Amino acid sequence: MTRAAAALFAVALLGGCQASPICACAQVAPPPLNIFAAVSLAPAFQKIAMEFSHAAFDPQFTFAGTQTLTTQITEGASADVFASADITHMEAIQNAGLLAGDPQIFAHNRLEIVVAKGNPKGISSLADLTRPGIVVVLADPSVPAGKYAQQALAKAHVTVHPASLELQVTGVLTKVQLGEADAGIVYVSDIFTSTSVDGVPIQDDQNVLADYPIGALKNSDHPAEARAFIDYVLSPEGQGILKASGFLGA
Amino acid sequence: MALAGLGLLFFLLPLAGLILRAPWDQAVAGVTAPETATALELSLFCSLAATAVAIVLGIPLALVLSRTTGNLRNLLRALTTLPMVLPPVVGGVALLLAFGRRGIVGSFLYQAFGIQIPFTTAAAVMAETFVAMPFLVIAVEAGLRSLDPRYEEAARALGARGWMVFARVTLPLLRPAIFSGAVLCWARALGEFGATITFAGNFPGRTQTVPVAVYVALETRPDSAIVLSLVLLAVSLAILVGMRDRWLGAL
Repeated sequence: MTRAAAALFAVALLGGCQASPICACAQVAPPPLNIFAAVSLAPAFQKIAMEFSHAAFDPQFTFAGTQTLTTQITEGASADVFASADITHMEAIQNAGLLAGDPQIFAHNRLEIVVAKGNPKGISSLADLTRPGIVVVLADPSVPAGKYAQQALAKAHVTVHPASLELQVTGVLTKVQLGEADAGIVYVSDIFTSTSVDGVPIQDDQNVLADYPIGALKNSDHPAEARAFIDYVLSPEGQGILKASGFLGA
Repeated sequence: MALAGLGLLFFLLPLAGLILRAPWDQAVAGVTAPETATALELSLFCSLAATAVAIVLGIPLALVLSRTTGNLRNLLRALTTLPMVLPPVVGGVALLLAFGRRGIVGSFLYQAFGIQIPFTTAAAVMAETFVAMPFLVIAVEAGLRSLDPRYEEAARALGARGWMVFARVTLPLLRPAIFSGAVLCWARALGEFGATITFAGNFPGRTQTVPVAVYVALETRPDSAIVLSLVLLAVSLAILVGMRDRWLGAL
């Protein structure tokens, strides 16, 4: 929830004083542009926000699992831009009639096995995840990263018994970082931007190409700014930042 | 008056939302669906186990608390009630740092015996105990403080030893306090989410308790999430109605 919403809630509770100082300050600061983005995009989008000098508004990110954001948007969260980690969830938003125009694919990602620094358990392939004594954590199949992981494991004809199904891909990363899990399946970009874990590549014929679509929402109060943000993400500068964060370009 | 009404409305509207959006025609099927039944079964087991642990460890703790005074008492009381005010996620992180594979105790358990607590049902029980035990300790301590010391003195004057006095006099007198404390503790354990998902993770049948299942289902099967929420709501209401005046008296 944004600060504005919290302030509104407080104002409503106190009887709806319209001339309160909380409302007045909103005219001075640039209006927030609410960007709901898959959590795997966090490092790249934060860099984009820093580079993106559109002083007319202030990009406010909500990073979470794509499926969480989809539920929030469907239930009426005020988002201006939605960036999803798969096509299915973007389609759900589009089919609900919440999107302004068509979504555009702005990036791709690949999967990688995440292991502790130095790969102490010597994991070299997806098949190694079935070795006894290896604690594996995956994202829940409702999360795009979890769905992609299932696809990769199916391609490799490997059945793993995960210790936990995390509700966003960063949860998998954290469990390996903390040393509670020996391995997990995350995006290449997740490992690219993390200094505390190592990645083991998954061979091409077992890997999955994740598609990241972005779209502006119909109920946005700032359609022009939302469009400008999307255009920046698709521009050579935006694409450069995404590639520098481990993504593949559109 | 208007503000009071507004306050009441603030509590009632979310409940109304839950009840109005509930897929009543599928409610029975929803509760008996395999994934829901698994979560309910696990939640029942974990919350009862957590309550049992809380009774075994919490009553002695309450005894110690009721017999200390001054700064030591304040310190002990603050320590035991901390989980009540601590955000449960923080509790989960703390549990990980203590009992995880690299934790203070956990690293020893892992290296010496190959035991890993996180991601197990035991971890879910520990998370629930951590968050819920203070409710029992506080209730029992309050019971102990309101106890008339003359009963224990009389028993002692009649020649009963310490343990005998406790088992035959103190404990029976404490029964109402233990009961209400245990029910509150159980209710809190049943609702535990933050510490559980952080410390124990999420896996159906192993660590996916009802609140975690509600959170997961909300994003894929919203109808099951609402049905499960109604189950928790019904349990909470049943406890409130069943405990009525005892509830407020204990705290």
